[in-house]
Amino acid sequence: MKAAYLQALNVERAARRACVLVTDLAQGAQRLVLADQIAADPLHEEIDTALRMGKSGMVEHGTGRFFLTVQAPPLRIVVVGAVHVSQALASMAHLLGHRVIVVDPRTAFASKERFPDADLMAQWPDEALPVVGIDRYTAFVALTHDPKIDDPGLAAALQSDCFYVGALGSRKTHAKRLDRLAAAGFGPHQLARIHAPIGLDIGAVSPAEIALSIMAEITAAQRKKPERPTGS
Amino acid sequence: MALASDSDILEQAEAWHRAGRGVAIATVVETWGSAPRPIGSHLVIDEEGHFLGSVSGGCVEGAVVSEAMDVIGSGTPRLLEFGVADETAWQVGLSCGGKIAVYVEKVVS
Repeated sequence: MKAAYLQALNVERAARRACVLVTDLAQGAQRLVLADQIAADPLHEEIDTALRMGKSGMVEHGTGRFFLTVQAPPLRIVVVGAVHVSQALASMAHLLGHRVIVVDPRTAFASKERFPDADLMAQWPDEALPVVGIDRYTAFVALTHDPKIDDPGLAAALQSDCFYVGALGSRKTHAKRLDRLAAAGFGPHQLARIHAPIGLDIGAVSPAEIALSIMAEITAAQRKKPERPTGS
Repeated sequence: MALASDSDILEQAEAWHRAGRGVAIATVVETWGSAPRPIGSHLVIDEEGHFLGSVSGGCVEGAVVSEAMDVIGSGTPRLLEFGVADETAWQVGLSCGGKIAVYVEKVVS
């Protein structure tokens, strides 16, 4: 391995950018494919799949066999609202190996006793989220039911390329939310990214069950191949 | 002591190379049956046989380290296979019923 590739692997990982080292095991030839070079790479389909699964592995392409050393940044879940559902969600996400960041300006809610498995930011979302830096390997969840807190968070998430955006609330609550965000300048394609009502439909009742449905929806968004946009 | 993660291991490899040491990186590239470490796991080795990480949870590290020191000397990568059907693997103790392939390459400037 070229020392420059080794250095680049370390730099990209620290910066939370995906990259893949492609090794032709028979020839010894190698190339490093950075996140913005994947689309143009002959192995882009295999690389996309490997990154989605977060797994290194052998692939066959044409006459060659290649090993893909995959560096996918660890997932983070940013939760706005240090509420009951968030407590269960933080525990489940921790079990799944994801880092959880809980943002809530109400300091009585955002306490370490209630969230032993999460990083807490007792700030407004519009202050906290630029510091967190929402990226493609981040899921964003708004759970307060309070537009004053949820909306600025959703606005930041919709301006990012995070892989999941979800917001708690009934269809009626969500319709009002869409009106507010549309008035704030978000278009229909951006607003369609919001999963609402949040979570897979498993008939969840308790806070822990709602957290389970959200966690399942986030996992599906992480692992499943995205559906091709229809119409356009 | 915390176990070194694969990311710590690649950082160590870079640090050793910067310090002027000969360094090889071993990577689990294929597994069959029950293998103790997943595909993509790394072991880094320097020219004196210091190593960090794991490719098998201890079963074949000794053999990989000695092969890696040859690779550091020659500069030519090697693809090693260990399994219970292999006498060497039995000797080195991969008795868990698995089989693994390990790619060993030198870090070159």
